[in-house]
Amino acid sequence: MLLREVEYARPATVDEAVAVLAAHDGARALAGGQTLINVMKQRAAAPEVLVDLADLDELRGIGFSSDGMLEIGAMVTCAQLIGSSEVEVARPILAEVAGTIADVQVRNRGTIGGNVCVSDPTNHFPVLLVALDATFTIRGQDGERTVSADEFFIGVYMTAVGEGELLTKINVPPSSGAGDGYAGLTIGTHGTYIVNAAATVSGDAARVAIGCVAASPVRATALEERLAGGDYSEDAVRAAAEGLGASLDPPSDVHGSAEYRRHLAEVSAVRAVLQAAGRRK
Amino acid sequence: MAEPATSRTISVDVNGEQIEYDVPARRLLVHFIRDDLGLTGTHIGCDTGNCGACTVHVNGEAVKSCMLLAVQADGATIATVEGLAAEGELTALQQSFNEHHALQCGYCTPGMLMSATALLARNPHPSEDDVRYAIQGNICRCTGYVNIVEAVVGTGGQA
Repeated sequence: MLLREVEYARPATVDEAVAVLAAHDGARALAGGQTLINVMKQRAAAPEVLVDLADLDELRGIGFSSDGMLEIGAMVTCAQLIGSSEVEVARPILAEVAGTIADVQVRNRGTIGGNVCVSDPTNHFPVLLVALDATFTIRGQDGERTVSADEFFIGVYMTAVGEGELLTKINVPPSSGAGDGYAGLTIGTHGTYIVNAAATVSGDAARVAIGCVAASPVRATALEERLAGGDYSEDAVRAAAEGLGASLDPPSDVHGSAEYRRHLAEVSAVRAVLQAAGRRK
Repeated sequence: MAEPATSRTISVDVNGEQIEYDVPARRLLVHFIRDDLGLTGTHIGCDTGNCGACTVHVNGEAVKSCMLLAVQADGATIATVEGLAAEGELTALQQSFNEHHALQCGYCTPGMLMSATALLARNPHPSEDDVRYAIQGNICRCTGYVNIVEAVVGTGGQA
């Protein structure tokens, strides 16, 4: 397929990338390109300028910040997450979920930053990063700001990253004994989701997010409150999740009706919470 | 500041040969490989990133060349299926494909070979599950995959 004509720049620093993004209307950051190139082929996106982040090595690292947070550069690929000893120590669920995205070729190129900045509700990482209470660092010409996961995902294909800005890193708290779980129903084994849920459970607190039921991940706050007692038996979790589906207003499409998605939301939430509870230390 | 441009002179190593080429920014890597370099072993099956027939190695990693712009590969080392038996002698994997009858129409074979070669480079003795996971991004509509998987596992057995 022939792409529409486009201009291409490959800046050498983050500051330069931000300057190019800000200087051109219709400029888009190009990370791994595993979504963007495809939607450009379909003409669903038609950026005037592509700003390739390939040379920005400072966005490719996985490490720990001074306050002990797992720090993941926006250009870290799924394959890197899968092979990272830091991720394995601090938050192995990130590697586990990365390993179920598409296929080897896509995981070799596709980045965590790209996955979240697309903000496709059916993607794997948005719902997980909301459950993990991640924070996102965004660089613009006026400097840097950080936003919480609850604030980052604004809508379908929309995030807190504005025009002329760039997501540079994602910080995830270390698990500190909490357990993490992830469940849902995909289109094909490792395809995108019809509904997904992610949960993190520590001693007496649970954080649960549901994906694909609204424009951005939804926190299951009523479920979280009912789980606050710390009873994570299967019966208790099932009882706590009752009514979750009814509280949601998911879309209907060829993959599932709204009613089916409400059902899946409860089932997925229960499975994610039970898995998370079973992994607590 | 890096000025955006509609074309770029890229420098790539393709199957051991250093190449400089002026490419439009919008050209997909697969079109550069097939149409500009004439290396038509890399196939276009779906053009949507689903089928894996266009799989090549970029800096040693299997990628789908229809989901990459040629300009993104600037500075990279690229290996295509033509590079496997560059001296005319089949690799153990290619030989094993032959022995296990791991192809019928052959259209997916270049991509299968490149995905399996990348797997064997990091895991010389893959299990059946390892192989199935590694070729998940490569679609074959003839074989039902069984002979392909046996061919790759069989290659590991020889090494």
